[in-house]
Amino acid sequence: MGKELLTLALLPPGCKARVREIVGGYGLRGRLLELGFVKGTNLRVLKNNRGPLIISIDGVRLALGRGVANKILVEPIEGVG
Amino acid sequence: MGAIQVNKKYNDKLIIALAGNPNCGKTSIFNALTGARQHVGNWPGVTVEKKEGRLIHEGKLIHVIDLPGTYSLGAFSEDEKVARDFILNERPDVVIDVVNASNLERNLYLTIQFLEMDVPVVIALNMMDEARAQNIEIDVERLSRLLGVPVVPTIAIRDEGIKELIEEATSIFYRENTVEKGLSITYGREVDDEIKKIKAIIKDDPILKKKFNHKWLAIKLLEGDDQAIEEVSTSSFKDNAILEQVHKSVSHLKEVLGDEPAAIIADRRYAFIKGVARRVVKKSSSLEERVTLSDRIDSVVTSRIVGIPIFLLCMLGIFVFTFALGEPASSGIELFFESLTRTISRGLRDVGASELLISFLVDGVIGGVGSVLVFIPPIFLLFLAISFLEDCGYMARAAYIMDRTMNLIGLQGKSFIPLIIGFGCNVPGVMATRTLKDKKEKLNTILISPLIPCSARLPVYMLFVGAFFPANKGLVLFSIYLMGIILAMIMGRLFRKFLFEGETSPLVMELPPYRLPTLKGTFIHMWARGNDFLQRAGTIIFGAAILMWFLSNLPLGVEYAGENSLIGRLGAVIVPVLKPLGFGSWQAAVALIFGVFAKEVIVSTLSILYGVGGADLTSVIINNWTPLSAYAFMIMVLIYSPCVATIAAIKRETNSWGWTIFTMAYNLILGWTMAFLVFNIGRLIVKG
Repeated sequence: MGKELLTLALLPPGCKARVREIVGGYGLRGRLLELGFVKGTNLRVLKNNRGPLIISIDGVRLALGRGVANKILVEPIEGVG
Repeated sequence: MGAIQVNKKYNDKLIIALAGNPNCGKTSIFNALTGARQHVGNWPGVTVEKKEGRLIHEGKLIHVIDLPGTYSLGAFSEDEKVARDFILNERPDVVIDVVNASNLERNLYLTIQFLEMDVPVVIALNMMDEARAQNIEIDVERLSRLLGVPVVPTIAIRDEGIKELIEEATSIFYRENTVEKGLSITYGREVDDEIKKIKAIIKDDPILKKKFNHKWLAIKLLEGDDQAIEEVSTSSFKDNAILEQVHKSVSHLKEVLGDEPAAIIADRRYAFIKGVARRVVKKSSSLEERVTLSDRIDSVVTSRIVGIPIFLLCMLGIFVFTFALGEPASSGIELFFESLTRTISRGLRDVGASELLISFLVDGVIGGVGSVLVFIPPIFLLFLAISFLEDCGYMARAAYIMDRTMNLIGLQGKSFIPLIIGFGCNVPGVMATRTLKDKKEKLNTILISPLIPCSARLPVYMLFVGAFFPANKGLVLFSIYLMGIILAMIMGRLFRKFLFEGETSPLVMELPPYRLPTLKGTFIHMWARGNDFLQRAGTIIFGAAILMWFLSNLPLGVEYAGENSLIGRLGAVIVPVLKPLGFGSWQAAVALIFGVFAKEVIVSTLSILYGVGGADLTSVIINNWTPLSAYAFMIMVLIYSPCVATIAAIKRETNSWGWTIFTMAYNLILGWTMAFLVFNIGRLIVKG
């Protein structure tokens, strides 16, 4: 349970993680903030094979393109590796 | 409720704005409030859908404006700007903020922003049934006390709580500050201090101080909100002082707190919300732990293997449904109009009306109305099916499934829905691009929409395929459809490359939980759209029909749509242009001109021009065309022009004549080129 950060796109399905950082421009950060990607929020990956990911955050299911998922840095909590 | 004091200014009309996140049941609340008394339009200047409705409560007229569903009131999308501008500029008497009870925390993020703006808010705590089903209990009274606004629990799809909601919304307005202020949000001492400093300067500005809530504006400026900054620099006397202070505050906060103020403020809002939620919500399991029925359905529907087949089946289902029910209804309407025209012309002849007048009324007016009405069954059925798929939550999954494929042509998954609708009719297809938030994406989708072979083109293909390729009907028809799809993909790619440079906007989309839509909701949804279509497209189709009648009958005394009529002469003028494509006859030319008005008219035009109908038309066609010229003609019909109703829709959705004319021009050039290539390459092959 180290503190290493991964991008969301790298997490396998079923993995739980905590949002730590969003690397991106003002527009993307703003959009993700209002969708609940605030530091410290927990999320869970439901699907991640090809194409967009499906994640669960604050009880909402979101489809996230890979490009976006690559810009979200998370700290895995459980279910990784 | 004590003495009611009526505010003089709004004696007779209340304006309620309805706000809320996407998928919070806002539409159901809107339907429950206003029933079918709705009007769909556009917000001025943008193509975001504006829905208005009315209701009468205790003899008072109440206007309900449905704001676009948003998560926030920032300036990140047109939807958010529209919602925010409406609140700021139109100052609705009350904002009903629809909050999904099964998802309180997320939904309150928007609520907080209304509280920051200091507008009168009533919360409709909707979907109480779903919350209960998930073992979520909410202390409504406490929530109301903590936020300092009235909260009304509702289940909109069953009309529960709606009466109370209206009561509360109207009484908040008559009451004078009876609601005490709830908790005020603090953004942390550092941020609060900076807000105060900015506020102090705003307070001295004669324009800004009246226009905005000072604290709200200060927060927005700290967040780096483009629109707020713009507002300050254009309409303030003290813009330099304010912006300088904002700049200082931002760098100060970055230094002290190590992060952008926008992130800190959002963080604080969520912290406040979490605090509220902790005190009012009791739930059995944590939200991200739950695996819901929706998730289980999703694991099948979005899976790599069966996802696309399921999706294709759904689409096939829509078209079978639309055609199976729509075709007979449409032919019924056609038959009715045929007998109507016969009866009326007989009646008019009996009273001695002139032939010209009869022709005007029968061919022009009634024919025009008829050509609008035959659209009704397929369009309404198509809208019904699409409304159902949207309301139950499947459309978002369809967009998800198609995202990868659409990326190949430089679009995202969401663009796929308008294109699919376009197979039914390009007009609703173009209208559906409203759901696309990215402007380039939307424009690109609109531009390629006319290449999608709509159902109105099918009768033309059936005629020619039946005449020349009876043995390979399906294959030939399929090749035409395929050509349309491939061209749309190629053009999409090219436009992306040359007109709309830049990355495909990344997909960020909520997948709402599956819900069984209510019959009422789906029908209202269908009705609102169908009505919109009829009003817009109907007037244009009708107008075009009248225009065509005049062109066909002038100069006076000419044979209807004959060689010497204006339309015939116009046809003759363009014959040389069509010669290289293999169908250089004036009949083909006139049919194409009429086809701009509505594609299926091409068949009836040909039958008028050749003076025969039904099976005879087929034999006349066989005698006057070759298989190759027929195929080239079908390609031309596929591409050469959107119909007038589509042109009007494109104008409306792009809000620009430039793009509309561009679409028509590239269609015409592409259509001509493709028909030319097909005809001439085909000729070489046949000869060789």
